[in-house]
Amino acid sequence: MSQPLKGPQPLPDARSAPPRQMVRLIVNGTEREVAVRPYDVLLDTLRNDLGLTGTTRGCDMGTCGCCTVHMDGVPQLSCLTLTLLAEGAEIRTIEDVAPLGTDLHPVQRAFATQGGSQCGFCTPGFVMTVTELLDRNPSPSDDEIRRAISGNMCRCTGYNKIVDSVRTAAAELRGEVTPKAPEESVPTPVGPYDKVRSPGGNGR
Amino acid sequence: MAERAIGTDVPRIEGIEKLTGEAVYVDDLPTEGVWFGATVRSDVPRGRIASIDRNPAFPWDEVVVVTAADIPGRNVIPLLKEDQPALAAREIHHAEEPVALVAAPSRELAARAAAALTVQVEPLPATLDAEAALAAGAEVFKRIEIRKGDPDAADRADLIVEGTYRFGSQEHVYIEPQGMQAEWTEAGLVLRGSLQCPYYIVGSLGALLDEPEDRIRVIQMATGGGFGGKEEYPTLLAAHAALLSRAAGHPVRIVYDRAEDMRATTKRHPGRVTHRTGLTRDGRIVSMDVDVLLDAGAYCTLSPVVLSRGALHATGPYDVPNARVLARAVATNFPPHGAFRGFGAPQTIFALETHLEECAERVGLSGVEFRRRNLLRPGGTLATGQDLGQDIAAEAVLDRALKESGFEERRAAFDAFNAQAARREGAFRFQRRGIGLALFHHGAGFTGSGEVTLASRAGLAGLPDGTVLVLSAQTEIGQGTRTVLAQAAADGLGLPVDRIRSVDPDTAVAPNSGPTVASRTSMVIGGLLLRAGQEFRAKVEAAAGRALPTSDEFCAEIARQAGEGPLEHIVQYQAPPGIHWDEEHYRGDAYATYAWACYVAALEVDTLTGETQVLDFTAVQEVGRVLNPVLASGQIEGGVTQGIGWALLENVQWEKGRMRNATMTDYIVPTFPDTPPIRVHFLEHPHDRAPHGAKGIGELPMDGPAPAIANALRHALGIHVREIPATAERVLSALEAGRAGSAPTPESRP
Repeated sequence: MSQPLKGPQPLPDARSAPPRQMVRLIVNGTEREVAVRPYDVLLDTLRNDLGLTGTTRGCDMGTCGCCTVHMDGVPQLSCLTLTLLAEGAEIRTIEDVAPLGTDLHPVQRAFATQGGSQCGFCTPGFVMTVTELLDRNPSPSDDEIRRAISGNMCRCTGYNKIVDSVRTAAAELRGEVTPKAPEESVPTPVGPYDKVRSPGGNGR
Repeated sequence: MAERAIGTDVPRIEGIEKLTGEAVYVDDLPTEGVWFGATVRSDVPRGRIASIDRNPAFPWDEVVVVTAADIPGRNVIPLLKEDQPALAAREIHHAEEPVALVAAPSRELAARAAAALTVQVEPLPATLDAEAALAAGAEVFKRIEIRKGDPDAADRADLIVEGTYRFGSQEHVYIEPQGMQAEWTEAGLVLRGSLQCPYYIVGSLGALLDEPEDRIRVIQMATGGGFGGKEEYPTLLAAHAALLSRAAGHPVRIVYDRAEDMRATTKRHPGRVTHRTGLTRDGRIVSMDVDVLLDAGAYCTLSPVVLSRGALHATGPYDVPNARVLARAVATNFPPHGAFRGFGAPQTIFALETHLEECAERVGLSGVEFRRRNLLRPGGTLATGQDLGQDIAAEAVLDRALKESGFEERRAAFDAFNAQAARREGAFRFQRRGIGLALFHHGAGFTGSGEVTLASRAGLAGLPDGTVLVLSAQTEIGQGTRTVLAQAAADGLGLPVDRIRSVDPDTAVAPNSGPTVASRTSMVIGGLLLRAGQEFRAKVEAAAGRALPTSDEFCAEIARQAGEGPLEHIVQYQAPPGIHWDEEHYRGDAYATYAWACYVAALEVDTLTGETQVLDFTAVQEVGRVLNPVLASGQIEGGVTQGIGWALLENVQWEKGRMRNATMTDYIVPTFPDTPPIRVHFLEHPHDRAPHGAKGIGELPMDGPAPAIANALRHALGIHVREIPATAERVLSALEAGRAGSAPTPESRP
């Protein structure tokens, strides 16, 4: 037998992982208790433990902004937030911006009509960033928009249409334009609007 | 009659799902009963596998491990060539090559299992330079030669201009990393994933898994961007997930984290293009000699067709009387390079449009005037001899771009600004401004006889509720496929678009309409669906025995007929008449039609830091027909932004064949502050080679930004940018070289 070229790697033992601790969070207005390890981040807790998969994972290191949620009203990167440190915090995710059966938020409507969302993966993070911006500042200048969204990455749109979306949403929120749902402006093909899937089933 | 959907801003069908977080990407699928997979890879670029060692302390009975020995069929991922194994068996040909797979009931345990496997590789010398590979006789996956006119024409030129242009890899950075979930059922294998080409997977896994194709079903999940990166690579991921799922007896999901995705998956081909151009004193091109070398990486993947598109765009939208293009894609020990938006064309167009600026200077003409003297007009031919008749818009896009960008006025204003630089205070002394343009065309659809070979099938199904379902395998990856196809179907049927359903494809339902690549979806499949709609209506009306002029009557009849049995109409692609392509000699109609464009970049560069900021960008293109203005301009703006990234920021750094900067912090893609206002203008001259007159546009915007920026840097600084990305470091070293009196060229090899 030949000499190993590399020695054995150190082996972290799954069974010696540190114990889980209970954490209480207020998620989208509901109190939730979850058992987490000390190193678990809020993104994993939301997606894996609470089933809130609208918040997406793009980079795991706080660069892309996909995982942005509100924590006590402030946009936070959930991939860099230890769940243990969120004890008692109010967390708001994309699922709470326009729950089923309610109207879309003006920010969502503007992204739909202005082309601010393409593949959609970064979109929840943008919506969370922008809704907080417009809550805080109903009339942001272009420079303020620029600063607010500079931590969210989009690989599809080239950002110009995202800025258009923010301006459009701000104008609607200020009452300067009549809100118009995308499905009212031009006829829209059936699909997600009535949640119908293909006859073969889309397997979802 | 129904209003026409084509040409209107029909909102994105799946837009609301994406805006509410309801869209289901592969990692959002339920996890009950699902195991998670991880991949063990080589960390050296070339070698021989000595052993795969298991750490004895790990509880191996809780997980499954798969190696090449566990593959039931042939260990190959067939694409253009059958050279890439699903798992390396003995030889390692590139770093990050997959060697073993593990699956476990939790992500955590899978990661620990992967860490407890050690691949022992005896390293062998690796080839990590394309020129060296060529010199050493490495495999050339494809060699293309295009010849037009007299090979000795350069002898008659008044002067010869030569230059070599280099370009780096580019990582796709689709914002959703790659992911796939496999599950074995009674009916066979079901794969759900983030992907562009469901039938590539169906067609490739049969031999590997020893299963008939009709037992392989692929369902596209919501897909967070592709740009070519999810064209061929997901097939490998599907193979891995399928092997693990078979071993585990559970559904298995593999989702890469960002670092693994950046290191292991395909990238844009790096390489170099050398030009040697013969000119007359009054600025006419006499001859063009182009030598293209692409670094294919360790396996063939799609390199031959990437090279082909590159070679076919290497002489651009110009009437070059005598041309020779020699193009080669050579094997190295880098991870395989593959499809990326533009597919070889951005590389050769960067070289050509930068080179022509140098040619213009040498004959004392402006870049604009030089291009005007040489661009293709009706009556002229491309390098393959292709005669496009009246379907040419090179001069039209040039004129419109000059006007929209205020090119000449801004050039003069920037000259004045730069002349006054020394008189300004503080940091403002270091600012220089420049404006540059690029003129180009982009072939729409598959290259050569590709569309004929694909023979795509697409169609429509009437449903018992009176709506009509689009049947195609085209995937929505951000560009708006589902919406545009619904628009085409609606107009073919003569129904309002709100009677159409258009969903993510499932190969159990969708016919094989070919891959979602090559800017072909709107043009080719949209055209098929327009025709299918017309024929579907005729069929329903014939069965009803009467005309059905109102939508309500038509839909009621669809509901009635669909209630009695399946009501489907499938159509198949037929090449438009008069298209001839000679694959052997690269002569004839390489593409049925081309989009035309002229892009202008205005920028400011700081000569103290070397940093470049694009101030604004003008993108003028002739695309036949705009099917959905918001979606179409979204494609252009996004592509321009990726092009700006490739030109200035996106720098894949290699160290011993591995990507060193495989994070989103170290590999810089444009964020909002890097992105200028992008002014998009469409010219529409509907052509007759698709029923709706539309040309493909998805890749086009990737072609123009790099040369426009290089030419603007030339204007701002007086240096020739012959290598991209023109990072701050390269710009500074070029300026220093210029000051030292040596060649003012930012060239440096990684």
